[in-house]
Amino acid sequence: MNKLLRILFVMLLARPVVRLWLGMTVRHQERLPTAGPAIVIANHNSHLDILALYSLFPLGLIPRVRPAAAADYFLKNRWMAWFATNVVGIIPVVRGGVGAGRDPLAGCRQALEAGEILVLFPEGTRGEPEALSEIKSGIWYLLRDFPDIPVAPVYLHGLGRAMGRGQWLPVPFFVDVAIGRSLCWQENKDSFRAHIRDTFLQLKQKTLPAEPGPDSH
Amino acid sequence: MFKLLLPPPLLWALGGVFVLLVLASVAIRLLEARKPEKNWLELKLRIKTWWWIVGCFSLTLLGSVPLALVVFALISFLALKEYLTLCATRTADHVVLFWAYLSIPLQYYWLGIHWYGMFIIFIPVYIFLFVPMRMVLIGETQGFLKAAASLQWGLMISVFCLSHMAAVLTLPQLTGIGVPAQGAMMLFYLVALTQLNDVAQYLWGKSFGKRKIAPKVSPNKTLAGLLGGVLTTGLLGWLLGPLLTPFSPQHAALAGLLIGSMGFIGDIVISAVKRDIGVKDSGRLLPGHGGILDRLDSLTYTAPLFFHYVHYLYF
Repeated sequence: MNKLLRILFVMLLARPVVRLWLGMTVRHQERLPTAGPAIVIANHNSHLDILALYSLFPLGLIPRVRPAAAADYFLKNRWMAWFATNVVGIIPVVRGGVGAGRDPLAGCRQALEAGEILVLFPEGTRGEPEALSEIKSGIWYLLRDFPDIPVAPVYLHGLGRAMGRGQWLPVPFFVDVAIGRSLCWQENKDSFRAHIRDTFLQLKQKTLPAEPGPDSH
Repeated sequence: MFKLLLPPPLLWALGGVFVLLVLASVAIRLLEARKPEKNWLELKLRIKTWWWIVGCFSLTLLGSVPLALVVFALISFLALKEYLTLCATRTADHVVLFWAYLSIPLQYYWLGIHWYGMFIIFIPVYIFLFVPMRMVLIGETQGFLKAAASLQWGLMISVFCLSHMAAVLTLPQLTGIGVPAQGAMMLFYLVALTQLNDVAQYLWGKSFGKRKIAPKVSPNKTLAGLLGGVLTTGLLGWLLGPLLTPFSPQHAALAGLLIGSMGFIGDIVISAVKRDIGVKDSGRLLPGHGGILDRLDSLTYTAPLFFHYVHYLYF
């Protein structure tokens, strides 16, 4: 039942909004994982980000794709919680819950063990459009236990303009998506975070339009 | 069914375009076989995209006006989206942009109900006044003039100007003069001449071009390209005129010259806009061509002028 709801959600909402209303160009689609366990990390500016990421995958794979999302935001009332967990299929992550003795990433670990494709936003929250926030450490802790799982970095350009923080109306802008080569976990936490940041910034360059050259028409 | 809807001259003309496309596709295959070391990808993409453009354009000529209006409204939607994607819009204007997009269905609706007066003033007057009003209600004054002007520019180019293609198509219905098929034939005449003019200007410029006209805006534009292109288009206009339009021979030649020169202006004006923004192409929507505005740049000028030319002389 949930699987069907999620496929319908992607087919009837995510894809039409992202592909028809906005319009999306994808670079290196082939670098996206086609089977789990795998991790996809992306920069985060808008609620549309998850719709865009979902529409990158074939419908048959959708039930295996699980985005991690903030529990305090998406589980704040019953209706939203039902929609977020059953229709969108999020894995709730309790932010700042490390001190309480619980593992905030328990759900993510389970998903990877079950061979699913986990979608993470390592910045933790939606920032200003086209500005990369600090990469949080959560991704490093998670990967320490699964160092061999491939991590595909995805840079999303334009979704923050289409519907940024505090906006509820997606306004049409063309969206550019660039997918990078798989990343490897590094023992040094800070250099791993810096590596992720550099990768995102490199991919960002690929999504920007070409400057006029001397042979311009 | 098509035979009933499309008049024979238009069928012949469309057939001619398809023959040209087949020839181009065969030629590129032969060239590729003879010189496999050269990179033909860009040209192949360009021809493949031409097939799509001609296919969609043929759809608008099939005789169903509502279908044509939907197709043209979608073209305006894509063009405006491309423009706004490049343009530096303010975050504060989020809702204003949404309203701006809503002007597209309305602009084409006026054509659908044959309300000429509203069609011609809706964007230049009412949307012109509405945009700053809605922006003022938001209250952000930083960059106000630039934001309002950029949005109005985009609406004029991609909605108002381009909607004149659909207006040419519905001209007989708008004025109650002539038969509907004449609209389709005149639209074909306008679009075919504008596109052939682009090709002719390019070929003349490549072959004989020396003196640059506006090197800062568009370094490849030369005087020989302009003159050769305008004269070629004038000649083509004169030849095709009796077949597709109610024009007298003089009026047909003049229409060709008008399309040739205005196509050039539209081309370099959009080039200047792209330079100001700092991009080479307006987008990636049409592989081998760039964005949709890269393909329609000349039509932003030729469509309104051609529309008023025939409106004044014959309809």
